[in-house]
Amino acid sequence: MITFKNVTMQYPTGTVALKDVSLNINEGEFVFIVGSSGSGKSTILKLILKELDATSGSIFVAGKELKKLKHKEIPFFRRNIGFVYQNFRLLKDRTVYENVAFAQRVIEANPKDIRRQVPSMLTLVGLAGKYKNYPKELSGGEQQRVALARALVNNPSIIVADEPTGNLDPQNSWEIMDLLNDINKRGTTVVVVTHNREIVNAMKKRVITIKKGCIVSDIEESGYDDEV
Amino acid sequence: MKFNTIIYSIKQGTKNIGRNKMFSLASIGTMVACLFLFGVFFAVVMNINYMMKEMEGSMCLTVLFDKGTTTERIEEIGNEILVRAEVREVVYISPEEAWESFSSDFFKGHEELISGFEGDNPLQDSDSYKVYVNDVSMQNALAEYISKMEGVRQVNNSESTVKSLISMNSLVTYASAGIIVTLFLVSLFLIINTITIGISVRKEEIAIMKLIGATDFFVRAPFFVEGIIIGFLGAVIPMGVLYVMYNKVVEFVVSSYGTIAGFIKFLPVQDVFVQLLPVALFLGMGVGFVGSMVTVRKHLSI
Ligand SMILES: Nc1ncnc2c1ncn2[C@@H]1O[C@H](COP(=O)(O)OP(=O)(O)OP(=O)(O)O)[C@@H](O)[C@H]1O
Ligand SMILES: [Mg+2]
Repeated sequence: MITFKNVTMQYPTGTVALKDVSLNINEGEFVFIVGSSGSGKSTILKLILKELDATSGSIFVAGKELKKLKHKEIPFFRRNIGFVYQNFRLLKDRTVYENVAFAQRVIEANPKDIRRQVPSMLTLVGLAGKYKNYPKELSGGEQQRVALARALVNNPSIIVADEPTGNLDPQNSWEIMDLLNDINKRGTTVVVVTHNREIVNAMKKRVITIKKGCIVSDIEESGYDDEV
Repeated sequence: MKFNTIIYSIKQGTKNIGRNKMFSLASIGTMVACLFLFGVFFAVVMNINYMMKEMEGSMCLTVLFDKGTTTERIEEIGNEILVRAEVREVVYISPEEAWESFSSDFFKGHEELISGFEGDNPLQDSDSYKVYVNDVSMQNALAEYISKMEGVRQVNNSESTVKSLISMNSLVTYASAGIIVTLFLVSLFLIINTITIGISVRKEEIAIMKLIGATDFFVRAPFFVEGIIIGFLGAVIPMGVLYVMYNKVVEFVVSSYGTIAGFIKFLPVQDVFVQLLPVALFLGMGVGFVGSMVTVRKHLSI
């Protein structure tokens, strides 16, 4: 589902964020990416979403080779991927309902489908009662659930999450992780960048550890590598 | 592009205007100021052009003939002049008409003196043609051509007036083109500036849309609607004000300078606005459109 072949990423400032990284994530996998601050974790997710283009090497996501995508094809490619960020990235001027519905308007879904899908997603993340509220009227955990509902509403084949629990207390963190786990069980590939040691250790998933732009370990059913 | 998406874009664009009140007001204000100046200038130029056309219309060449030229020859000359493309009209003035017009002018207030010339026309051989041209700039060349014709004694040309009129006409044309271009660029610059401020606020919003998988068109459409509406308001407001002002100013000039009112003739307000309104709407909406396209473009690269 996601393949990196000898990918190097150098930012225009000269910083080399990834050095000759190769990895493969299969359909239906749940993968944690861990590593210290500045090691290059977010850069990997940005490359998957084609927010950035690799300096060298090839990246394949959902059957597409990213460097061969034309500018026009990028939006359609991105509809395969749902994203969740530490800072939620919700549209502040729109209600919970509108934020989730927005993802459907973008792909020009039927109004009928929108009216059915949005409430069902909000119910899934446990926020059906707050559909009229604006993001600033919600707690961090609730905002992250809205973001998750938005990421899921178009039924993507991949979910990428960049420190989705970074701003949440342990209880909310666990609830978000459980939701991601449920989604994964339904067949969606999930990639989560996190610093949350406790959760990584408890969930026993595949863990890829990055250090200074290189993969230093990649182990199934693993825990947080204490050396990094 | 589905119908629902179009409705969505219009709704969103309208909402955005209300949401960014300061920014919208600044853009509309800029546009109003520029298009108001533009409108004033446009109306002035149109009126000057109109007055010059009026003056041009009354300008002509006077063609006098050699003594003893036969009426047949005179008729021939008239026909020869008339076939030329630049000639609009040829009018024959008989000696009687010439005398009548001269004497009524010359003996103004002493009409009893005219009776002394009864039966004796001092302008017996002074029949003439008055030749009107389509374009005043052709007049000199035509005068030269006619003066070389057989039987023609003299061609009177209102030369100096013609020349100054022509130079003034082209001066006004250049000046108007210059000012229109300047105003257009100034308003475009100001609009882009204000939209840039508005858009930097919405940069994050655009980034989110693009990551969700919005096409460039989908991101643009609300901005496009917003630009058009701002442009429309920015054009309609100054035009309304100008419409009211125009009549007031014309009224004022005519009543205060009544003596030259016979010479100065203003265009009716409808004649000005039938041209000015579409141009202003086109400029306003055009600037709004171009401004929003140019500024959104930068943020679409991701
Ligand atoms: N836009 C950018 N321009 C230049 N350098 C950047 C940019 N983004 C990240 N970097 C650099 O690239 C390296 C990797 O950054 P990245 O954001 O991938 O780290 P990270 O592993 O996600 O860190 P954190 O855990 O703190 O989020 C860092 O050295 C960072 O300074
Ligand atoms: Mg990061």
